[in-house]
Amino acid sequence: MPGTSRKAAIALAASASIALLATACTGQADSGASDDASKETTLNFWHAWSAPSEAKAVKELVAGFEKTHPNIHVNVVGNMTDDKINQALRTGGGKAPDVISSFTTNSVGRFCSSGALVDLNPFFEKSGIAPEKTFPKAMNEYTQFEGNRCAVPLLGDAYGLYYNKTAFEKAGIAGPPKTWSEFEKTAEKLTIPQGESYKQLGFMPNYHGWETTTEHYLGQFSPTYFDKDGKSNVAKDPAFEKAFTVQKKLVDALGGYRKLETYRSKLGDEWGPKHPFHTGQVAMQLDGEWRLGMALDTKPKFEIGVAPLPVPDDQADQYGKGYITGTIAGIAATSTKQNAAWELVKYMTTDTDAVVNFSNAIHNVPSTLAALKSPNLKYDPRFKTFLEIAANPDSTTAPASVNGGVYLTTIQEFGYDYESGKATDLKAGLKKTARQIDTDIAQAK
Amino acid sequence: MSTVKTVNTASTYTLRAKHRRSTLRTLAFLSPWLIGFSVFFAYPLISTVYFSFMHYDGFKPPVWSGTKNWTYVFEHYPFFWPALRNTLWLVLVMVTLRVAFGLGVGLLITKIKTGTGVFRTFFYLPYLAPPVAATMAFAFLLNPGTGPVNSILEKTGLPAPGWFNDPAWSKPALTLLALWGIGDLMVIFMAALLDVPKEQYEAAELDGATPWQRFRYVTLPNISPIVMFAVVTGVIQTMQYYTQPLIAGKVASGVIQGAGTQFEPGYPDKSTLTLPQLVYNLGFQRFDYGSACVVALVLFALSMAFTALLMRRKGGLIQAGER
Repeated sequence: MPGTSRKAAIALAASASIALLATACTGQADSGASDDASKETTLNFWHAWSAPSEAKAVKELVAGFEKTHPNIHVNVVGNMTDDKINQALRTGGGKAPDVISSFTTNSVGRFCSSGALVDLNPFFEKSGIAPEKTFPKAMNEYTQFEGNRCAVPLLGDAYGLYYNKTAFEKAGIAGPPKTWSEFEKTAEKLTIPQGESYKQLGFMPNYHGWETTTEHYLGQFSPTYFDKDGKSNVAKDPAFEKAFTVQKKLVDALGGYRKLETYRSKLGDEWGPKHPFHTGQVAMQLDGEWRLGMALDTKPKFEIGVAPLPVPDDQADQYGKGYITGTIAGIAATSTKQNAAWELVKYMTTDTDAVVNFSNAIHNVPSTLAALKSPNLKYDPRFKTFLEIAANPDSTTAPASVNGGVYLTTIQEFGYDYESGKATDLKAGLKKTARQIDTDIAQAK
Repeated sequence: MSTVKTVNTASTYTLRAKHRRSTLRTLAFLSPWLIGFSVFFAYPLISTVYFSFMHYDGFKPPVWSGTKNWTYVFEHYPFFWPALRNTLWLVLVMVTLRVAFGLGVGLLITKIKTGTGVFRTFFYLPYLAPPVAATMAFAFLLNPGTGPVNSILEKTGLPAPGWFNDPAWSKPALTLLALWGIGDLMVIFMAALLDVPKEQYEAAELDGATPWQRFRYVTLPNISPIVMFAVVTGVIQTMQYYTQPLIAGKVASGVIQGAGTQFEPGYPDKSTLTLPQLVYNLGFQRFDYGSACVVALVLFALSMAFTALLMRRKGGLIQAGER
């Protein structure tokens, strides 16, 4: 008796498991674009902006679209992080987004290779738009992966140097440094020690210093992240060794890793009003174009200067370039309204007036070449530096990868070890990092 | 003969029918549990094993990849071994200290004659604090530069550790946070301690037992099932430890995760990395479900091994309780 019951129970459990397992392995939704964009339809648009002023700007952007496309209505959902967007792209359904917008370009490779977002090349062709002539070079690069253009730039971010003009004057420094060797001297000159800490730090070079990530430093060295076979170039391209050396020299020259980390732990956070650049605790800051507005809002007691970041001494002729990234938009593969969704994406990302108005409201860099030159752009004269960095053909970005930004975090992890002195052999460390990147990519394929 | 055979056959049929009815009845009574077990335990477990051998990104259909995910996690994934070491450290140190501290507080409060309610509330309240808020508060209190704890330590001439900013101190800081929220164990131990028959203490006192001997030979044997319960549930909870180390690492690192920020957990120097964080990182940030399932299975195996070891050594909860 007990034996029979046990067998029956096992059979029942096994049947249930197999049935459930089978249902779990079904295929994905069809991604064909067969809808009629001229018919009455409602789209779901998920984006990541959350501040009231930003949400208002998105609403105005969408309102402009609805005015020109009265048959297409847009249900806007804000404050959507990548994790939430990823889940929705997997599951699909009536409430899932047709159009998404993400703050990070790191996911583009994953979105394209997994088929989560549709390839927009056919849509661009159908509309007679040439992306390479529409978007700045770096933005055009970071929105595609291996020929699959599954994303479009929706405003951009350019990285430059903010500096405390008042502190510069006090220290007798004429202007912003243009090369890294000048930068090191300037940072040292601006650093005022106070006991075991600092009264004023010239620059926070540590990789945990908010935007001073390996990725942003490397942008100034124009590295080639992958060779033609898709293998990591970290150990082969001398740009990486140079960038790590420059940062480590800065760390050592400004007091050493531990002292800088202790000082960093006392400083305000990146997005708050007590950011150390706003308060004058740090005299120079590597940051994106958004910092200008944020810093001005806090009414600092010094004059803010803006310039491109320094370049390596042997690339002085390329001064003016910078690292470029930005927000992206794409169409969900699970959407059954892809033609209508394209109308929205096309309007938001390629209509010059729409891009300019959105840029004016959000204070990000416009993402089309036409918008960058538009006379309708309203900005503080200092913001022009970022417009020029965005339009600069020497400006760089981090390429899309099959496993997203994993290779960037692997480089960053080595950066932490190297700056702290845990890793001392730079060449060996870079070789190990390259091997790890290749292994991670092989695992993702 | 044939009549006997017919009767035998009929009685066999009747017996079989009875047997079948009995089996069905049993299954019907068991069905709520069977369904729950199948849906919430057997299916996820079988799926996890299945996906650990598949290449699956959550978008494309899964593809058989053999032992590739297992090899990747054990040999090539740089976060796995540090996370495993951290998890084991927390299981051994944090669980032991939590049980000892919970029992200590429980003993103290049962001995107090006045103001028991106040002390109970005082020790229980921190347990009610949401983990995110509690961790953030601790990160600010223990901030090496601006936190009040280090200010006091410095003023008294004691060394001021880096706490969540120092790889050597981040896990002890997490342990302090866990000890602060000891309310759950305190209540359980208090109930167990109040349940120990008073006559046994009286007899021990008459025999001249010291306080330590009374604790060792009267209290401890009586509450040993509860101690075992606290240890087993503590081990399981620690194996699932996710929120506190993640938040502590984030706050201390200064990285406020915005919509586009890439954050690899474990700051500083992977010292706050735990296995559940890897499951999330691999599955939901790297889209590598297969490897995430491997880590989940390691967690499952470890939890089972710890629990089996503890139950075996103490003869199990039921046996201890029946004593």
